[in-house]
Amino acid sequence: MKTPVLDVARIRKDFPILTREVNGQPLLYLDNAATSQTPVQVIDTIVDYYSRYNANIHRGVHTLSQEATDAYEQARVKIQKHFNAAKAHEILFTSGTTHGINLVAQGFTEFLKPGDEIWVSALEHHSNIVPWQMLCQRTGARLRVIPMDEKGELVLQPFREGLSNKTKLVFCNHVSNALGTVNDIEAIIAAAHEVGAAVLVDGAQAAPHIAADLQALDVDFYTVSAHKLCGPTGVGILYGKEAWLEKLPPYQGGGEMIETVTFDKTTYAGLPHKFEAGTPNICGGIAFGAALDYLNAIGMDAIAAYEDQLLAHATEALMKIPGMKIYGESARKTSVISFNLEGIHPYDVGTLLDKMGIAVRTGHHCAQPIMDFYRIPGTVRASFSFYNTLEEADRLAAGVERARQMLS
Amino acid sequence: MEQQDIASIQQDIVEEFSMFDDWMQRYEYMIELGKSLPQIDPQYKTDDHLIKGCQSKVWVHAALEDGRLVFTADSDAIITKGIIGILIRAFSHQKPSDIIAAKTEFIDEIGLKEHLSPTRANGLVSMIKQLKLYAVAYETQMES
Repeated sequence: MKTPVLDVARIRKDFPILTREVNGQPLLYLDNAATSQTPVQVIDTIVDYYSRYNANIHRGVHTLSQEATDAYEQARVKIQKHFNAAKAHEILFTSGTTHGINLVAQGFTEFLKPGDEIWVSALEHHSNIVPWQMLCQRTGARLRVIPMDEKGELVLQPFREGLSNKTKLVFCNHVSNALGTVNDIEAIIAAAHEVGAAVLVDGAQAAPHIAADLQALDVDFYTVSAHKLCGPTGVGILYGKEAWLEKLPPYQGGGEMIETVTFDKTTYAGLPHKFEAGTPNICGGIAFGAALDYLNAIGMDAIAAYEDQLLAHATEALMKIPGMKIYGESARKTSVISFNLEGIHPYDVGTLLDKMGIAVRTGHHCAQPIMDFYRIPGTVRASFSFYNTLEEADRLAAGVERARQMLS
Repeated sequence: MEQQDIASIQQDIVEEFSMFDDWMQRYEYMIELGKSLPQIDPQYKTDDHLIKGCQSKVWVHAALEDGRLVFTADSDAIITKGIIGILIRAFSHQKPSDIIAAKTEFIDEIGLKEHLSPTRANGLVSMIKQLKLYAVAYETQMES
């Protein structure tokens, strides 16, 4: 057995859920690309918030409100530092990645005119294609697609050739949720900027593996969900360059986002509050900060190195199974393995794995265009996190082989 | 031969499944049942016969023969085929009024309880609903 590059035995003690049994078997959780599990440090932060200083923020003069405000704003700074944004007010709290994407799509309504072009990648989550289709319907802009190849990588040549002064916005995920491909967003951003187009990157799948350096990337917008990063559900961030956020109109009206209100006129608050109408997910924001503290204590580089080891080990073990086909064969990918067994429906494999206590995802992974490209109904997707072990990768392979024998 | 009623067929199925000690044997048996499913005529494998709400595709066709409904089906997933096969064994060749009135608790008793949750992606609930809808449609037709 290879030696893991991380002290996984110690790390696993931080995750209470990993001691659970499912269908009489120890839980083997391999659905991390859908949501990650929560360490006790983050759970404690949530309990502490509701036990000690639950209060509404930004307005109260009382102690609890000030403590909650401080903790929430400290979390914003932690997020800023983690992703190396230039300023804390460039980090907007959202309900998650989808909210961030809609905020940008809504804001661009007034910047677009008929004939303008928006590019999206072929590797998108289909729910992420919808906001751009709606934006095109509102404005008369045209949606264009950066194509993909058999290996599950984006083909940038048609995109480079198609860019022009009509191109206003480019949207791409940093990492594909269905295949795990790490996209060459550096090249996409540089090419888009040459024609003056803005770039929004969906970092939901990348953030658990890569701490993006937003200033070095020079990306205009970047969006992330906390629940894929050991944080709670219902909270995330949208990063936007200050100049863009100043330009973009407010997304929702309500409390927090206003400076003065009369029946004649409202003036808006400055950044980031202009985009944070209403009482936010205060506890969620603070817990997101705690999740980043947890990950940084282990080290993002150590996490990435270990997940690479898990990916290589699991891929090798799975490839020994007859009829195994892995989708997404890019040299740069995160610890996601999307696969099928020849002649066997992914749903059957997933159902039998669940009976063995192994949690994987089956289906089209909300990426129907990718499934259509490969002409398959879906795949089985096993996604690993740093708290998974090399032994668990072997257990997955043994489970898949057992399922294959039952189903053949 | 006299056609068994739905309740006694369900009782037979429960007894067959009670012989198995573990989930693996139950699923292996279900996979076998799936393989012996009365096959739908390929001409009916269309979107009109597709049951919505399943992660795998399930087609069901119903025809009235001598006042009784005869079901045929297919699926692209074997376990789903087994599940629809069990349902068809319990409900096929029965009078529409009996299908409408039939209970479905036997699913629970054969250890497939987890498939009964309406939020499960496999759509067992949708399958039962579809079989009963066919029965309602033919019952109405027979009355008119």
